[in-house]
Amino acid sequence: MLAYTIRRVLISIPVLIGSSILVFIIGKLLGDPLESLKLRNPPVPRHTIDLENHRLWLDRSWPEQYYLWLKGLVLHGNFGPSVHSTDSIRGELGSALTVTAKLVVVSVIVAVTLAIITGVISAIRQYSAFDYSATFMSFLFFSMPVFWFAALLKAGGIWYNQNVNADTFGTIGDKSVLIGDVSFSDASFGQQLGNIVGHMILPTIALSLAGYAAWTRFTRASMLEVMNSDYVRLARAKGLRSRRVLVRHSLRNALIPLTTVTALDIAALLGGAIITETVFQWHGMGNLFRTGLQDKDVYLLMGWLLISATIVILFNLIADLLYGVLDPRIRHA
Amino acid sequence: MPEPSNTAPTTTVTAPETPGVQPGQVEREFTVRERSQWQQAGRRFLRHRLAVGSLSIFLLLVVFAFLGPLVWKYKYTTITPDNSVGPRLGHPFGTDNLGHDLFAEVMRGLQQSIKVALLIAVLATTVGALWGVFSGFYKGLVDASLMRFADLLLTIPQLALAAGLANHFGGTWWIIGIILGGLSAPYVARVVRGMVLSLREREFIEAARALGASDMRLMLVHLVPNAMAVVIVNATLLVAGGVLGETALSFFGFGIQSPDTSLGLLVSAGQGAVLTRPWLFYFPGLFIILFALSVNFIGDGLRDALDPQQTRQRR
Repeated sequence: MLAYTIRRVLISIPVLIGSSILVFIIGKLLGDPLESLKLRNPPVPRHTIDLENHRLWLDRSWPEQYYLWLKGLVLHGNFGPSVHSTDSIRGELGSALTVTAKLVVVSVIVAVTLAIITGVISAIRQYSAFDYSATFMSFLFFSMPVFWFAALLKAGGIWYNQNVNADTFGTIGDKSVLIGDVSFSDASFGQQLGNIVGHMILPTIALSLAGYAAWTRFTRASMLEVMNSDYVRLARAKGLRSRRVLVRHSLRNALIPLTTVTALDIAALLGGAIITETVFQWHGMGNLFRTGLQDKDVYLLMGWLLISATIVILFNLIADLLYGVLDPRIRHA
Repeated sequence: MPEPSNTAPTTTVTAPETPGVQPGQVEREFTVRERSQWQQAGRRFLRHRLAVGSLSIFLLLVVFAFLGPLVWKYKYTTITPDNSVGPRLGHPFGTDNLGHDLFAEVMRGLQQSIKVALLIAVLATTVGALWGVFSGFYKGLVDASLMRFADLLLTIPQLALAAGLANHFGGTWWIIGIILGGLSAPYVARVVRGMVLSLREREFIEAARALGASDMRLMLVHLVPNAMAVVIVNATLLVAGGVLGETALSFFGFGIQSPDTSLGLLVSAGQGAVLTRPWLFYFPGLFIILFALSVNFIGDGLRDALDPQQTRQRR
């Protein structure tokens, strides 16, 4: 297992380097960071533009810029200079990532749990009314735009709050500025927690939906395949209890491919998180990317893309390692 | 489902004593007519009621989007004197606060979404299939470099990348189609490569090679058609995904730009009015769902029709 782990980790390093080159080139294609400065009226003195050019490394060649960017990143953890000279890109990315990670992690847990439960029931009761309605629902969720459903949930939350005259669901931001009359940081821990949970419910449902739809179909297919296999028939023939056959022999094997699929879908889920955050006005990665695009803050965008790429590569690695743990055939191959 | 196979021996019974049959004519009552693989797939698809129903809804939506604007009395840019009215006879879907007729806007938006989605599917399928075939056929260094590049592209969230590129290169429908199509191509390439890797070892390829077929001929005449079933099913999924991608991009503000309109843009404009003027929010959204759902069901029917072996496990 150790050799397998080391091999997998070593393989991800060139991928990461390749990814950083690709991200750098894409960042360069996304626009000129000094565009707004150059178009400013009355015109900015030539000297100011030269200074900014120098500060943003734009007076150097692309390979030099890439080298400086990577050096700062690896040695100091800096993401390069922002167009707003006072901003720290690392700080902005860090706080945005915390907000988004909270949403994504909870949504994945909710979606995977529900997907396994309905997928397994659908497989056991194949062609039953439950199976047909679950299939139809997953098709429906799969065809439903995340932003539309999120906006619908948001409106539903507002309507509920108005009618019950309470603030059960938070619909703007990931927490309130004021809880009752006191500011968020002065409120008791219980109030803070309740507030955060209230703000998370609707975005989590919105984001879980697409993942749930895909994963429940996958669980069902994978479960059916295992249940029709010879070793499950053997387990039945041996006279094992059906619960034991189901959990120990079928489910455990059926879930192996699901880990890979879930980990590989993480890129799509990050995309969904961007949309959900936009609807619920969270200050997460989606909001940061949008402001980065508007300001043409190329190093911010590069950092953003690199972090997402790193997360995806990391999850691919985790999927590979988990696969190795769960399925001995892989690590000995 | 037992399907009369085209390889089954045809039972031709010559029965001169049967009344109504001229002497010397072959009696056809017990014969099984030969059907090609595609004819069989077509018959299987037509038997799939949900898929056929979805296909008719899909065609109706296309007619609605492309012919509707020619006959409807308002254009999507027309500002009518009625502002903020609910659905009624003159305005089946109501109007917005400026007086735009939502029925006309939805038709235009659907038209733009369909155009983008089809472009995405065609582009991603063509590029991805060639990418995958080259990669799988040549193996070695070509394969490694082509597939590593695909892997790299897939590590970056598609929506973010598309938003950035669309923001820079402009928001007309074909640019968005090219961006999203190009970014979807690696998915198709992966699938096709997997198929080609196993197909290229089969005897019919060896036979074609022994007959002196060139690499190009092997790839385009022998490998691509054999991967076609999977590619077609994938293409329908790309159409559905394409509509969702385009509308999400437009909703996000980086897709199709006003004064033109798209279903995503309409939902974005209507999202603040869910409780006050719900028609502005529901109609564009329902058309996105209807379109994506019909395409997904068509894809499901096609998968069952084109790949009966897979069906036994999938359904």
